Amino acid sequence: MIQTIGSSSIAVALALTLYGVVAAVVGVRRRRPELLRSAEAVAYTNFGLLSLATLAMVYALVTHDFSVSYVAQVGSRSTPLFITIISLWSALEGSILFWGWVLAAYTAAAVYLNRERHGSLVPYALTILLGVGAFFYLLLVGPANPFGTRWPVPADGPGPNPLLQNHILMAVHPPLLYLGYVGMTVPFAFAIGALLSGRLDDTWIRTTRRWTVAAWTFLTLAIVAGMWWSYEVLGWGGYWAWDPVENASFMPWLTATAFLHSVMVQERRGMLKVWNLSLIIATFLLTILGTFLTRSGIVSSVHAFTAGSIGYYFLAFIAAILVFSLVVLAGRSQELRSAGNLDGVASRETVFLLNNLLLSAFTFTVLLGTLYPLVAEALRGVKVSVGAPFYNRMTLPLCVALLFLMGVGPALPWRSASRETLRRQLLPPLAAAVLVAVASVAFGVRQVYAVLAFAFGAFALVANLREYGTGVRARMRAHAEGPLTALRHLVAANPRRYGGYVAHIGVIAMAIGIAASSTFRMERDATLRSGETVEVPGGRFALRFDELWALDEPQRFVVGAYMTVLREGREIGRLDPRLNFYRGNDQPIATPAVRTRPDLDIYVNLMAFERDGSSATFRILTEPLVFWIWLGGGIIGLGAAIALWPGRRRRAALMTDPAIPAGKGGER
Amino acid sequence: MSGRGRAGRRIALIVGAVLILGGFGYLVYGGLDENLVYFLTPTELLERGDAAYDAPVRLGGQVDPGTVVWDAAALDLRFQLTDGTQRIEVHSKGAPPQMFRDGIGVVVEGRLTRAGIFESTNLMVKHSNEYRPPPEGHEPRQMYKSLVREGAR
Repeated sequence: MIQTIGSSSIAVALALTLYGVVAAVVGVRRRRPELLRSAEAVAYTNFGLLSLATLAMVYALVTHDFSVSYVAQVGSRSTPLFITIISLWSALEGSILFWGWVLAAYTAAAVYLNRERHGSLVPYALTILLGVGAFFYLLLVGPANPFGTRWPVPADGPGPNPLLQNHILMAVHPPLLYLGYVGMTVPFAFAIGALLSGRLDDTWIRTTRRWTVAAWTFLTLAIVAGMWWSYEVLGWGGYWAWDPVENASFMPWLTATAFLHSVMVQERRGMLKVWNLSLIIATFLLTILGTFLTRSGIVSSVHAFTAGSIGYYFLAFIAAILVFSLVVLAGRSQELRSAGNLDGVASRETVFLLNNLLLSAFTFTVLLGTLYPLVAEALRGVKVSVGAPFYNRMTLPLCVALLFLMGVGPALPWRSASRETLRRQLLPPLAAAVLVAVASVAFGVRQVYAVLAFAFGAFALVANLREYGTGVRARMRAHAEGPLTALRHLVAANPRRYGGYVAHIGVIAMAIGIAASSTFRMERDATLRSGETVEVPGGRFALRFDELWALDEPQRFVVGAYMTVLREGREIGRLDPRLNFYRGNDQPIATPAVRTRPDLDIYVNLMAFERDGSSATFRILTEPLVFWIWLGGGIIGLGAAIALWPGRRRRAALMTDPAIPAGKGGER
Repeated sequence: MSGRGRAGRRIALIVGAVLILGGFGYLVYGGLDENLVYFLTPTELLERGDAAYDAPVRLGGQVDPGTVVWDAAALDLRFQLTDGTQRIEVHSKGAPPQMFRDGIGVVVEGRLTRAGIFESTNLMVKHSNEYRPPPEGHEPRQMYKSLVREGAR
């Protein structure tokens, strides 16, 4: 029954989508509005159908209907309800279903918000959105069908992957990642729509600006949540390992970040048109490549679910999108000439160009390191991995350079800056950088990149804060406003710009947290008898192992250690690292205990224990400033929320005339 | 600004970008070559002859039963890693994972020293994705039953 509802919803959606693609193209070429309306209707109907299929799957999961193949694969009667619901995205078929649903929602929303606007741009964009949708529905009908039938019906299932059900962030990270990944389809579709329709001005950029910022924000938060999950679950005290699947989420983030900056150059100066189109095409391709890497089983990791035929579908899709995009782009290359030119070297556009160059080099490095092992195995039959030293050596210089540019960009005006402007704008941040560099060295920091990260972090922080300072002071003088009112009006007048500066501050917080925690991380292993105390690396704290305990839960058996944190002999806190033995899995999943404070994290992992509880072995780590990585992620989210807030001009425009394209003007 | 000046600036920009990207590509390629970590079995590692020593390697195989020497106080672990044909002595500092035992599949990261001992910096127990019910009496809830306390969190 459930199978019928699910499968037929998806099959109908696929058939309608194929019709919709044809209807949209014919409708726009032959000027047949009724065909266009029917193609738009497909977008809305698809959302309904995919919602129905997704609900059917959630219902099957919750009611433990093991005749449904996906439920038999990831369900279990002993799994708690909440985990059962989120196991919708804990394996291949369910995650593709969820992807299809998110794409259907984005498509319907993009069509609804842009209906009867921008001439032929939207119908072409709709064609692309539906075309991408057709690919995912095809996967759901074929190699990733979640609604298969199991006969005889199993009495129970194995439950979701223990690594994924071990932490609450698994409820957060995958949906955010999909919202980010799939969201990139919208600007991609409008970019291709612009090429196909010949509307080559920046309408497509303005129309999709908020979509791009929103998708970028989801992707950013997903990456931070993934880092946090890795830190809280994997037990080695790190949050980033240059794992192929981490790279898969990071590469589209890099190109999307480049895109967010370079579109401003096109909007202001009419330059970089081909570049912007290429960047958004690359971003979309990298999201699909990322899905291919994580979902085809080609790399072994937490995320790689199965090896099957699905990899070939993805490869074919990537090749088709690549060829199609390049052909369409090449066809319009004559019409995409720059309207403006680079006037001065010391200008904001130069900084954006450098920023894009560095981010491209970054993407290239990560792409090479990620794909090289696959190529080596395919061509030479050897199994290799690219070690973290490669990534660190290549990307650390890029990171500190980007941090530096993050301070230079906001400080420089468009077109060209006079010597006097340069001095006035750059001297205070430079002074801060020198001060911090000297202080770091004086406090014993000897690692070059750590010193540079702190110094350039200070540089960028001062530069971005000064933008707020000068803006607020100017308003206070001009409008006789109090500082808080002036701040509110300043941000409301140009939320994109001032939200961007807040996001910069979030990135700086993350960069400093990463630099400090990776440079000053200390680690020791210790086997302790119960009641025994050990010094925490760094010497400020001690840890006492009190007692081993166990807990029998329906879906798992937990063994934990009660520990007390001591400072100068005084008890100041408790930690209980655990090992979770999930049913049907012979390997325990560690749950480290972390004491997070703004200055220092104490991280304890239970490695092993004696069967009688008399002693246990722990890995104890201290890492400074990890807190600022997570906080930085939150600040980026806040900055993005400000940037997405409707500005005063936009609000006024919406009230008077809904047909005015969003966000005209507004930039300095 | 004259048209020639614009074209010249454009060409200079393109040449500059190509030079930077080319230099960067060269650096990336060199960095990649030096930092590749091969995944090998003991047989494959020993076949490499002189190249086997002092190069970062991930070595996979099974813990040869009966060879494990574990000093809990010094956190010092020694065992023989075998692929059925060749065996290599592995030395590791630090606690092995709870699942570490005779006969289990492991991957160790590190280098083979000239003394013929593999110095491991990281020891991982291989994940088995297939579910095998544990042998009678090896269910964790039976093995560690005595640790369950009344009123535990």
